[in-house]
Amino acid sequence: MSVLEIVDLHVSVETDQGTKQILRGVNLTINEGEIHAIMGPNGSGKSTLAYTIAGHPKYHVESGSILIDGADVLAMTVDARARAGLFLAMQYPVEIPGVTVTNFLRTAKTAIEGEAPPIRTWIKDVRQAMTNLRMDKTFAERNVNEGFSGGEKKRNEILQLELLKPKFAVLDETDSGLDVDALKIVAEGVNRAKANTGLGLLLITHYTRILRYIHPDFVHVFVNGRIAEQGGPELADRLEDEGYDRFLVPSNVG
Amino acid sequence: MSAASALSKSASKTVPAPSTPDAGSSVLPTGQHGIKEHSDGRFGYVPVQTRSDRFKSVNVVDFEAVTGREAVWKHSPVAKFTDLTAGDLDGSRYDVESTEVAGISVNWVPRSDARIGTAGLPEERAAANAWGAFDEALAITVSGEEAKEITVTRSTLGNSARAAHTIIEAKPFSQATVILHNTGDARLSENVEIILGESANLTVVTLQEWNDSAVHLANHFASVGRDARLKHVVVSLGGSIVRVNPSVRLAGPGSDTLLLGLYFADAGQHLEQQVYVFHDAPKSRSRVNYKGALQGKDAHTVWIGDVLIGSNGAGTDSYEQNRNLVLSEGTRADSIPNLEIETGDIVGAGHASATGRFDDEQLFYLQARGITEEEARRLVVRGFLTEVVQQIGSPELEARLQLAIEAELIGTDDK
Repeated sequence: MSVLEIVDLHVSVETDQGTKQILRGVNLTINEGEIHAIMGPNGSGKSTLAYTIAGHPKYHVESGSILIDGADVLAMTVDARARAGLFLAMQYPVEIPGVTVTNFLRTAKTAIEGEAPPIRTWIKDVRQAMTNLRMDKTFAERNVNEGFSGGEKKRNEILQLELLKPKFAVLDETDSGLDVDALKIVAEGVNRAKANTGLGLLLITHYTRILRYIHPDFVHVFVNGRIAEQGGPELADRLEDEGYDRFLVPSNVG
Repeated sequence: MSAASALSKSASKTVPAPSTPDAGSSVLPTGQHGIKEHSDGRFGYVPVQTRSDRFKSVNVVDFEAVTGREAVWKHSPVAKFTDLTAGDLDGSRYDVESTEVAGISVNWVPRSDARIGTAGLPEERAAANAWGAFDEALAITVSGEEAKEITVTRSTLGNSARAAHTIIEAKPFSQATVILHNTGDARLSENVEIILGESANLTVVTLQEWNDSAVHLANHFASVGRDARLKHVVVSLGGSIVRVNPSVRLAGPGSDTLLLGLYFADAGQHLEQQVYVFHDAPKSRSRVNYKGALQGKDAHTVWIGDVLIGSNGAGTDSYEQNRNLVLSEGTRADSIPNLEIETGDIVGAGHASATGRFDDEQLFYLQARGITEEEARRLVVRGFLTEVVQQIGSPELEARLQLAIEAELIGTDDK
């Protein structure tokens, strides 16, 4: 049983105005097979949490720890974290010129598994995953994210999630910018990945609508760099009705 | 030199292009209303208006000393090769290794060979200096309709300033791939003439894998006959300063050219290519695709792509593009496409240039999928350059180039 633990995490970022404190003591434990939704207003630090887990160099961990099955994630390079079983589906996936989706997927799979996947089953797996996500075959030969629409980029993220089979995935506002049809396709992909591999999910979102298709076990409300309230799925319903106003009273970080 | 003498010299030595019929009789370049010599003391400088009107001469003294301000030299470190632009060049025979291939002859021919000067003439001083200095030309003559491939290797040119002249002739209806492989030391200025007869199908690959200190200035002049097809590939990987400038005149109706370039500049390297395609016949077609990667401090690449669709070029189709991938700080990629059209009746004409950076966000994205930094770079560069490698059409050479590109990546990591 895998577990991802985030303990008293403090994170800052350098800005033109100097060092800015963003995370102020985050505690969160995610077990394999659990779905945790992190909801919160803009600027509350949700994406910072996602990128800190993945190891983006822009974010400085001041104190606290992140552990995957007891191993110190913060001591790992970005690629080592991925090989340890972490996955970040990005809000704004980056274009990679000159690298086709096929080439990229095979290279990533090889890196994560430590050996090249058996070619016949791999090609079959890729085709099946693409079909499931209603991705046209031509995607495979296009350069990664180059000229992709917003919805295509998000589907490409979920394609990787399904094929790389991480232990824990952080989905950073995967729902943003998707119309309802694309949202359903992406949500199906996430649910399929969870059913197939039993991964743990950290679902970061501003809105509740994705939670209609991906049902969280736990909902955490993120305000001003820490978890302000947590509960079950019913908390999401309450946020749907009330919004974030009641959390924003004294210290709105904007 | 006074303004008047410079211009009259230009008028008398210029080989007039068919598109400018009165270039020989008029003192000034034609074609643009109101252009005249300035009286403002600019040393008689009148900008060349049409690419085919550039001054040409085989005589080095017809060119003034190179200052580095000239259009053809302004991107090059000219102070580092004054021996080639102004010095005496050794024009003697050199060692050439080549395989025996039926239908291709390789031999030295005298300066009186009728083919010399038929594909093009020098437009700058280093080329003219080489033209005047070579004793004999190396002639590679292709005949026979079956496909064949030859590699001609130079590896012992040495460190003294040299001139060379090469003729590559593809007889009508012949077919071949000619690979010019350059290794070892060199301080070389050379001219290569490529002559394609009717319906010939020729691939010329010039592969620069010189030693680190080598300086190589080359001008390739190609003349492509009726329905003939030239694929010309410049691959520059090794050398200190490598400048290979291909000029292709699509001389016969239905002639076709594909000009490919692949270069990888690492720290301190200067790799330059000035490409010129002249559509001088109807229904001619050209495609130009140069791709380069830069990595390391003061890696510098230059690509200038000139396409001229002459007044004879009705129904032509052309497209040129240059792409550069910048892999580290401190590099410079100059990319300058130019397009001139003298006839309105064309199928297509386009150009594109883009220089992109492999940046930290791309690296993060790839690493977040488990790929190491080193592998990420290799993946991006290999992917970027493969498009050109795959079009060369020689499987053995393609495989070798993939390895050479890998070696470039590893080699530059140490610097």
